[in-house]
Amino acid sequence: MKHVTEFRDPVAARAVLSRIAETTEAIGATREKPLHIMEICGGHTHAIFRYGLDKLVHDGIEFIHGPGCPVCVLPMARVDECVEIAERPEVIMTTFGDAMRVPGTRKSLMQAKAAGADIRMVYSPLDALELARRNPGREVVFFGLGFETTTPSTALAIQQAAREGLANFSVFCNHITVPEPIRALLDDPHMVLDGFIGPGHVSMVIGTHAYDFIARDCGKPIVVAGFEPLDLLQALLMVLEQIRDGRAAVENQYARVVPEHGNPASLAAIADVYERRPSFEWRGLGEIDASGLRIRPAYAAFDAEEKFGIGYAAGPRSVPEPEGCACGQVMTGRIKPTACPQFGTGCTPEMPLGALMVSSEGACAAYWQYGGARAAEPA
Amino acid sequence: MCLGIPGQIVAITDAARMMALADISGVRREVNVACVIEDDIAALIGAWVLIHVGFAMARIDEDEAAKTLRALHDLGEAQDELDAMAEGRRALEAQP
Ligand code: SF4
Repeated sequence: MKHVTEFRDPVAARAVLSRIAETTEAIGATREKPLHIMEICGGHTHAIFRYGLDKLVHDGIEFIHGPGCPVCVLPMARVDECVEIAERPEVIMTTFGDAMRVPGTRKSLMQAKAAGADIRMVYSPLDALELARRNPGREVVFFGLGFETTTPSTALAIQQAAREGLANFSVFCNHITVPEPIRALLDDPHMVLDGFIGPGHVSMVIGTHAYDFIARDCGKPIVVAGFEPLDLLQALLMVLEQIRDGRAAVENQYARVVPEHGNPASLAAIADVYERRPSFEWRGLGEIDASGLRIRPAYAAFDAEEKFGIGYAAGPRSVPEPEGCACGQVMTGRIKPTACPQFGTGCTPEMPLGALMVSSEGACAAYWQYGGARAAEPA
Repeated sequence: MCLGIPGQIVAITDAARMMALADISGVRREVNVACVIEDDIAALIGAWVLIHVGFAMARIDEDEAAKTLRALHDLGEAQDELDAMAEGRRALEAQP
């Protein structure tokens, strides 16, 4: 088990923690009737566990871990398709390391690699481009996944490939967007969410207005935060102050990195290369309208779905989650990871059954690494 | 993959492709700077940027870079990023 990390600035943290406690008391939230605050981003989930923030804040606050970990929400069907492309003899499949262990129906990319498929872990789509330049006789495919933070990188890589006329490079696009699943969660009558901590680096790309609907239409506060522990605590306090004052607004705790209107060059590259799919499947959450991106017809030559005829629209899409896995309920905050019957028995970071166990940004892996493992041991 | 890592631009390697060399915790790696060019690409030399999967995504000041790096070390993510870069270099050489 990993240990929680001490604060670098314990005095400042104590001051914010005590204001959080006062504000929670003023709102009247208690351990029995807590406020449900969702941190959307998986990086925030990781930081909350790393610093033990869930235990340090007033017990009238409950963190609900949102769907913002891209590998955790990758559906089995997409992993299966990626494996299918990777198994073609002419293909070099390139991927971020995070995606290697995500379970598919038949195998994960890791298992496909062990069985002989040429799958290489890369740091950047730029590495995939370079592989394509060096291997003109092979088809280099990049497994493009992630939220708005990584979407510009594959868009720019595709633009570069087009400029160079690199005919053996394509992207298997699984990029998804943050605002749409939040809308879906807010539309779900079973979800009780009192406020949100907004993602920092996604917002650096898309700006803060993408969340206006949360405050305006749904009446919930959202504060965009950095991922240092003090950033998170300050953002939480800003959310609580809005609740106490009966306000709902989009606020930006991370203005030193997040511009109100996002990054214009990134947004232009995304708009040039990608368009929205009518809907996209999320592991545990099902199909969500307009939540995924696909490559525009103008760049079809760089679209692995087109190139290999493995289209999102081709054939029945969804495959059921493994037996006994409760990823969907964990992801929507209905149950804690430890309440999943597979937690720590059928599902561990070494042998993940569900995707929430794969990445340090997944709620189940975070519980397991930072103390939850103990909860799974027999008393 | 989502948190990124700060780096300092030390040289422009290919202005047409908008590529520059960044020093990332002592490791040098070519990164794309298309998203952070303000007017002149050469003006980026010396600048601190937040790098996500090989792309500079935001300009930050030196103090912010230091704070971000500390947080990444605490989270164990800084080493992960550097390992991923080394893995990427190996991938270019690997022969099946
Ligand atoms: S413990 Fe495993 S199977 Fe259960 S919800 Fe978490 S990731 Fe899914």
